[in-house]
Amino acid sequence: MNLLNKRRMKLFKNFNFDKLKTGLTKTRQKLFDKISETFTGKAVVDDELIDQVEEILVSSDIGIDLTDKIIDDAKKNFKDEKDRSPQVFINQLKKSLSKYVIGSQEKVVEFDSTKKPYVILIVGVNGAGKTTTIGKLALNYRKSGLKVLICAADTFRAAANEQLDVWAERAGVKIIMKGKNADPSSVAYESVQYAIDNNYDIVLIDTAGRLQTKTNLMEELNKLNRVVKKKLEHAPNETLLVIDGNTGQNGLQQAKEFSKFVNISGLIITKLDGTAKGGIVFQISSQIDVPIKYIGVGEGIEDLQDFDINQFVDAIFNK
Amino acid sequence: MLEDISQKLESALKKIRGQGKLSEKNISDSIREIRRVLLDADVNYKVAKDFIEKVSQKALGTDVLSSITPGQLITKIIYDELTELLGSSNQELKLNPNGPTIILVVGLQGSGKTTFCGKLAKKFLANGRKPLLVACDIYRPAAIQQLKILGEQVKVPVFSIEEKDARKIAKDSIQFAKEKNCDTIIIDTAGRLHVDEEMMVEVVDIKQIVNPTEILFVVDSMTGQDAVNSAKAFNDKVNFDGIVLTKLDGDSKGGCALSIRAVVGKPIKYSSNGEKLDSIEAFFPERLASRILGKGDVISLVEKAQANFDEDEATKLEEKLKKNKFDFDDFLRQIRMIKKMGSLSSLLSMMPGVGNNMKNANIDDKALVKVEAIISSMTMKERRDPKVLNGSRRLRIAKGSGTSIQDVNRLLKQFGEMQSMVKKMNQKGFFNNMLNNKKLNFN
Ligand SMILES: Nc1nc2c(ncn2[C@@H]2O[C@H](COP(=O)(O)OP(=O)(O)OP(=O)(O)O)[C@@H](O)[C@H]2O)c(=O)[nH]1
Ligand SMILES: Nc1nc2c(ncn2[C@@H]2O[C@H](COP(=O)(O)OP(=O)(O)O)[C@@H](O)[C@H]2O)c(=O)[nH]1
Ligand SMILES: [Mg+2]
Ligand SMILES: [Mg+2]
Repeated sequence: MNLLNKRRMKLFKNFNFDKLKTGLTKTRQKLFDKISETFTGKAVVDDELIDQVEEILVSSDIGIDLTDKIIDDAKKNFKDEKDRSPQVFINQLKKSLSKYVIGSQEKVVEFDSTKKPYVILIVGVNGAGKTTTIGKLALNYRKSGLKVLICAADTFRAAANEQLDVWAERAGVKIIMKGKNADPSSVAYESVQYAIDNNYDIVLIDTAGRLQTKTNLMEELNKLNRVVKKKLEHAPNETLLVIDGNTGQNGLQQAKEFSKFVNISGLIITKLDGTAKGGIVFQISSQIDVPIKYIGVGEGIEDLQDFDINQFVDAIFNK
Repeated sequence: MLEDISQKLESALKKIRGQGKLSEKNISDSIREIRRVLLDADVNYKVAKDFIEKVSQKALGTDVLSSITPGQLITKIIYDELTELLGSSNQELKLNPNGPTIILVVGLQGSGKTTFCGKLAKKFLANGRKPLLVACDIYRPAAIQQLKILGEQVKVPVFSIEEKDARKIAKDSIQFAKEKNCDTIIIDTAGRLHVDEEMMVEVVDIKQIVNPTEILFVVDSMTGQDAVNSAKAFNDKVNFDGIVLTKLDGDSKGGCALSIRAVVGKPIKYSSNGEKLDSIEAFFPERLASRILGKGDVISLVEKAQANFDEDEATKLEEKLKKNKFDFDDFLRQIRMIKKMGSLSSLLSMMPGVGNNMKNANIDDKALVKVEAIISSMTMKERRDPKVLNGSRRLRIAKGSGTSIQDVNRLLKQFGEMQSMVKKMNQKGFFNNMLNNKKLNFN
């Protein structure tokens, strides 16, 4: 258990890097070809090119305001470049984009062995991929040699327990659940108690999907958070917000509202195996100041990857 | 011929030229702002561009009521077109008159298909039909169980069998429905990505096997730019009949609906706005249009200005124009109304049936004061039948109105030209044509 004493560590490997690449790049091909054409033989960044870059960025859900900023930024830096090839301009764009994901590398803490059980709360809107992600995380933690407990605090949705139970079995970890419509806080409380009593390393709490506009449901989440904290001073150690990669500009609202009720410590972007780019996370990460931790690239239990800013930004422009 | 007529009309009314028209220049700021609003609302980049371009091109030259700005007017026009585009074509769910109605529900993962199936079943039951829910999602853990629970809640039977092939489940469900006398079959399918070829083949197969009455594509209203890609791919593969927009109980703008509507041209049939099984509604295009565009204040302002314009008067006028009975008395009444609310050009543009073609007839509102005075000095008989206006009558009118005899003559000449033009237009079925041309075509 030597490894586990380190304060900061990386537990996960990238399982399916290719999946992200193929998913993220399919629709980009055409656009990139266009860009290259426009660049060819041109030493200046003209309006047509800017329009095309704008299209790529906006179509990735980065948002028009941030797109403008990034383009302005890149233009400024491009002026100072001697080499005005297409690749250089794209590199400038990538560089300015990367600045909008806050220091993810430094902030990633996947497990702190001095704080046991390490409690991770998973939150997000309906259908974002919370439950699936819990299954994936559970497997990864268990494979890292940790003792993992899953807590079924979605007591609302039809068959939520049954769904999570399947994932717990797949991951080979224990699950605590109660009947439908039980108080989610009480399930969380009992799970943490159980984890303390039985020397668990990790507790993963699944919660019901809720839209950020539903104040009562957000209060319910806040209560759960308080109850967990009351049981265990340092918990929850992480609260991860799951964002569907298909999400548009509403993602920012989601992040802002959830942050008012719980202390979001990181993001997970799911469904990046499709053609959506997940660009809304640039605004989210920079505005609520949280790192992106993992990405979901499929429905299988191994389809979870570390977030890598370079790969992510490359995928937006890559052909 | 039409060209000729509108040119004549323009030259006839040339002297009295106004300037309150939509031009590229006076709407450019608003257009730019609206474009950003649409993008912020998740309308796809290309769709937003196209839509704005088409609408504003068509709107150029429209006259602006004096109480509103060109920016406000173009906002309202865009709102109207948005509503039109979102709401056009039939929203009713097709039912099969000669057998069971089969509804196939498809979409991406987590969009809200299963929940929607439960809601739809509940609705059908309330309408006196006998629905059957069919659980074809064999992949997502406990998906079948989820549908079973929903079925229990709404008291609708759920067909599910231990089976590794969704096609077989779909197929067997038809027979089962027959045996159980169910007249409406709702098939819940697994969420799938449009790029997952194997899974797309599965849903196409299911379609072929059950030959659904309706295929509904369920979309999360929070979806961003990529909605066009997934919707298009699904549509290319299964040619769905309608769209269901979910999670509208949140604060997403729902611009993806415009993107999808524009790209696949299929109607939005339902909106889903909650997790409870009665949170389902028919789709209201104007609600979504104002949700996407915002600007409710501007829109109601323009609406108010337009409502000041008396609809009845307009209809009467149109009738008279059609019957070639438009006389000076009508003209005077129009002028007075215009003074109440804005410019003559805007009046003309708003008259049902007059629309675009008369928009070229620019009229200076200041000249109206003169015209009003002249007509006021005419007797009723003269107004009805200007032919009686000989030299001495004209002189009397000029004096009475404080204008010159040239002014009177000019008005008479212009009015005569206008009348004969109106006659020609009627012969050509001009007004009917224009009535039919009023709506913009987007696709
Ligand atoms: N393609 C793909 N599908 C995913 C991914 N993550 C989750 N899903 C699917 O998305 C759907 C919703 O996932 P869930 O894990 O149930 O989402 P949730 O947030 O727990 O949903 P609720 O509890 O209903 O709010 C399921 O069909 C999952 O299989 C992913 O990374 N890629
Ligand atoms: N707030 C809200 N949640 C919804 C709505 N429709 C579905 N959901 C929720 O979204 C999640 C995914 O729905 P589900 O029907 O399982 O989606 P499926 O994966 O497409 O079958 C569940 O948590 C549902 O309760 C809606 O209109 N509003
Ligand atoms: Mg869940
Ligand atoms: Mg489902």
